[in-house]
Amino acid sequence: MTALTPPMIRLRWTFTDGLTLVGRELGRLRQEPGQLVAMLIFPAVMVVLFGYVFGSAIKVPGGGDYRAYLMPGLFSMVTFTAVMTLTVRVAVDASRGVMDRFKSMPMARSAVPFGTTGADLLVGLLSLAIMVGAGLLVGWQPHRGLLPAAEAFLLVMVLRYALSWVGVYLGLVVKNDGVADQLVPLFLPFTMLSNAFVPTDGMPGWLRVLADWNPVSALTAASRELFGNPGAPSGDVAWPLAHPVAAVLLWSAALLVVFVPLSIRTYQRKGR
Amino acid sequence: MADPIVVAEGLRKSFGDVHALRGLDLSVPRGTVCGVLGPNGAGKTTAVRILATLSDPDAGHARIAGHDVVREAGRVRTSIGLAGQYAAVDEKLTGRANLRMFGRLYHLSRREAHRRADELLERFGLMDAADRRVAGYSGGMRRRLDLVTSLILRPEVLFLDEPTAGLDPRSRGEIWDSVRGLVAEGTTVLLTTQYLDEADRLADDIAVIDHGQVMATGTPDELKAAIGDRLDVVLEDPAALRPAATVLNAVAGSDPTMTGADRLSVALPGGGFRLADIVRELDRAGVDAADVRRRRPTLDEVFLHLTDRKEPVR
Ligand SMILES: Nc1ncnc2c1ncn2[C@@H]1O[C@H](COP(=O)(O)OP(=O)(O)OP(=O)(O)O)[C@@H](O)[C@H]1O
Ligand SMILES: [Mg+2]
Repeated sequence: MTALTPPMIRLRWTFTDGLTLVGRELGRLRQEPGQLVAMLIFPAVMVVLFGYVFGSAIKVPGGGDYRAYLMPGLFSMVTFTAVMTLTVRVAVDASRGVMDRFKSMPMARSAVPFGTTGADLLVGLLSLAIMVGAGLLVGWQPHRGLLPAAEAFLLVMVLRYALSWVGVYLGLVVKNDGVADQLVPLFLPFTMLSNAFVPTDGMPGWLRVLADWNPVSALTAASRELFGNPGAPSGDVAWPLAHPVAAVLLWSAALLVVFVPLSIRTYQRKGR
Repeated sequence: MADPIVVAEGLRKSFGDVHALRGLDLSVPRGTVCGVLGPNGAGKTTAVRILATLSDPDAGHARIAGHDVVREAGRVRTSIGLAGQYAAVDEKLTGRANLRMFGRLYHLSRREAHRRADELLERFGLMDAADRRVAGYSGGMRRRLDLVTSLILRPEVLFLDEPTAGLDPRSRGEIWDSVRGLVAEGTTVLLTTQYLDEADRLADDIAVIDHGQVMATGTPDELKAAIGDRLDVVLEDPAALRPAATVLNAVAGSDPTMTGADRLSVALPGGGFRLADIVRELDRAGVDAADVRRRRPTLDEVFLHLTDRKEPVR
C-alpha cells in the first residue's frame, strides 16, 4: 500500500506511529515501577554524593552555596543520560528482532526513530522534574523569575532531544545490547569533564579546552545564568561559556543536522 | 495447481566471502505450506529475510503475490507476516499491550486494534497470560505471541523461520496446530526448519537447501521415493554381522550401515527386488535373519543423503 499512499497519509502515519511508540514507553513505565524508583533514587544519590560529600571540599568561584552551583550541573548530567538510555533501548530492539518486525510491517519508515526520540522526551521531562524536586529540597532555587527559568528548562529539553538522536544512531550502529551496556560507563567521564561539578579553570590547559567546549559545560553555564545560580564565568573565558545560550542552541542544531538524517538512513538501510 | 504466490528466482547473497545464497529458486503455490529444510548455515534465514523485504539480494529477484520484494517492498509488507528465529516482541510489555501496539502500528483504529488483540489472545490460548509481562512467559508462550503478532493483519503469506526451535514437544505441537488452522483458512506458509518431522507433518512441499542452493524439491513422499527404499535386517546372532554385510553389499551395491549391535540397514537402488531373493541369499551365506524388512526411507535419511553431496541432485 505504501507505494500508493499519498504523502499526506504517510505524514499522518509517521505522526500516529510515533505516538504509538510514545505509548509503548508509557506502558513500559507502568509495567516497571522499578524504573521509576530508580529514576527517583538517582537524583537523590547524586545530590548527596556531590552536594554533601565532594561539595564540602569544593569552593565555588565568586563565592556562593555549592549546592546552588551544583544543581545546574546535575540537570546537564541527567540530560546527557539520554544518549545512553537510547543507545541501550535501540540496541535491545535491534538485537531481539523487534526492529526487524517494525521493518517488515507497512509502517511509516521514519516513525521508529522519531517515535523513539519522542518517547524519550517524556522520560526526560519526568527525570528533569524529579531532579528539580531534589534541588528544591536541598535549597536550590531559580532567582531570576519565571521566564528565564522556563527558558533554561526549554534549553535542557532541546539539547536532550538532540542528544537522543545521537543515542538512536549509536544503538543502530551497535545493534547488540551487550555491547551497548558496555558503552554506558563511558558516559560518566564525558559529563565529568566539564564545568558541571568543578570550575574548569583549575584544569590543565588541554583538558580545559576540552571541558570548555563540551556541550555539558555550555548547558550548565546557560542554566546557571538563567537561574541566577552562582558560578557565572568571569573574565577571559572560552566562547561557549561566554555565550552559553547560543552555544547550546548551536550544539543542538548541529547534532540534529548530523544525526537525524544519519539515524534515519541507518534505520532504513537494508542488506544485513 | 494454483498459481504460485511466492516466487524466488536465482537469489544470490554474499556476506564478504561467505556465499549464503548461490542462486536459490523457490515457488510456493497459494494456500500451501512450503517447508524449507536445511542444516545450520544453509541460508534459510538469509532467504526469509530477503522474501520479507528486510534485506536485498545481490542478484536474482523475488515476488510475493506478484509484487517485487525490492521495488515494491511497501506493497509486499502489507501482505506478509514474519515470525523469526527469536521472539520479536517487547518483553517489558504485557502480551495484550504488545498486540495492541503492533495493531496500531499496522494502522488499525484503536478500537479495531483492541478487538483484534482480544480475538487473537482468545483463539491462541493466551488469554490467561494476556496481562502479564512477556518477560515472565515461557519460551513456548513467547513464540506463540510472536506468531500471533504476525497474524494481526491476516497476512496472505506467513514466513516462519524455525518457529519451534528450542521448544518442548508440547509447545511444538501447539505451534503446529496453530499453523494448520491458518492454512485451513487459506494462508500460505513458508516455514524453515531443521526438524524433519516438522516438515514431514506440516509441509505440502519441501525444498531441501544446502550451501545456499536447492538440492531437491517435492512432496515428502516424492523425496523419499527419489532416494529409493531401504532394507533393514535384524540378525539372530550378532556374530553374523560381517557375512550379512557382505551379502547386502552384493545385493544392493552399497555399504550397509550398522543401526544396532545386531542390525544393518542399506539403501536399495531402484528396480525390482524381491524380498525372497534377499532372504535366500542370506540363508545361503549361513546368516540367520530374525527380521528382514523393506521400507520407505525416513525424511532424516533423505536429508542426510541430500545434504552430504556437494552437487545438487536434479
Ligand atoms: N549478517 C551476516 N554477516 C555475515 N555472514 C552472515 C550473515 N548472515 C548470515 N551469514 C552467513 O551466511 C550463511 C547462511 O546463514 P543463514 O543464517 O541464512 O543460515 P540458516 O540456514 O538460517 O542457519 P541456522 O539453521 O543456523 O539458522 C552462514 O554461513 C552465515 O554465517
Ligand atoms: Mg536461521
